[in-house]
Amino acid sequence: MLHIVNKSPTERNSVESCLAHAKKGSKVLLIEDAVYAATKGGAAEARVRSAMADVTIYALQPDLAARGMADRVIDGVNLVDYGGFVDLVAEQANCQSWL
Amino acid sequence: MSEEMDMEEGGTIKKFMFVNRKAPYGTIYALESLEVVLISAAFEQDVSLAFVDDGVYQLMKGINTDGIEMKSFAKTYRALEGYDIEKLYVDRESMEARGISEDDLIVDVQVVSAAEMADLMNEQDVVLSF
Amino acid sequence: MATVNIAGKDIEVDEEGYLTNLADWNRDVAEYLAKEEKVDMTDAHWEVIDFLREYYDEYQIAPAIRVLTKAIGKKLGADKGNNKYLYELFPYGPAKQACKIGGLPKPTGCI
Repeated sequence: MLHIVNKSPTERNSVESCLAHAKKGSKVLLIEDAVYAATKGGAAEARVRSAMADVTIYALQPDLAARGMADRVIDGVNLVDYGGFVDLVAEQANCQSWL
Repeated sequence: MSEEMDMEEGGTIKKFMFVNRKAPYGTIYALESLEVVLISAAFEQDVSLAFVDDGVYQLMKGINTDGIEMKSFAKTYRALEGYDIEKLYVDRESMEARGISEDDLIVDVQVVSAAEMADLMNEQDVVLSF
Repeated sequence: MATVNIAGKDIEVDEEGYLTNLADWNRDVAEYLAKEEKVDMTDAHWEVIDFLREYYDEYQIAPAIRVLTKAIGKKLGADKGNNKYLYELFPYGPAKQACKIGGLPKPTGCI
């Protein structure tokens, strides 16, 4: 299962709820305002780090760059471009968006 | 103030505050706010900007929107000075919660506590929220 | 979307004649747009156009007229940073007309 989140972790609880419902071994892709969850020093950092034990976290690089956050990514978060986004969707049996 | 006074003085100057609470690019709020701010400058009012919650992300340095095919407006905050809009307040607690410091911001701002921000909001004639 | 043919190239403009794509701009395009506006380009005109394009490059907006006059006064001297000088160069509004010729969007805060 691929989970896709696009809301800021400090504005909505989408990231939090997604991580609470993601089964071990699934993948979580952070896009648009959800990329703030993949950055150091943010309120969501600890939650994302602990989630990494069970799920693989990805973040869309162009969205990080557009927000001036490209240099602040938490170690262990995998960066993908739009091609990588498509590959993730294609290789998973199903996917769920957390709006 | 009476109408006659307004006429004599060519209008009253009111205190306007634009409160920005949304991250840029994910939604249209930040850009809409900035455009209204620039237009409001034509009316020569006492304008200030507040950046609270995710709004502090609007002022990040190093923004590059080439990859998402949207126009960047980060540099436009630097034009505000030329529009005589020099009161930019950033909420300290909001920055701290996001691991951001004053050095990470593209313009000079006044960093204020939530309590100070509350006082600033309270003294406005008009508060516009984005 | 309307297009105009300038030096053998089709270029998109909006309903008011502003370039749709900033990247389409060059000196030939400026000369064409100036002719449409009935402005005879001189060095003084180019000085304002170049200033506007630099301003746009730095701030990503076209300035309102009040801001333009102030900024020009600072950079090019008080004899140029005033409405009279700029309106003589661009009679139908320096901000609007010069922005159009300079290939920039209409000024933000232009009312």
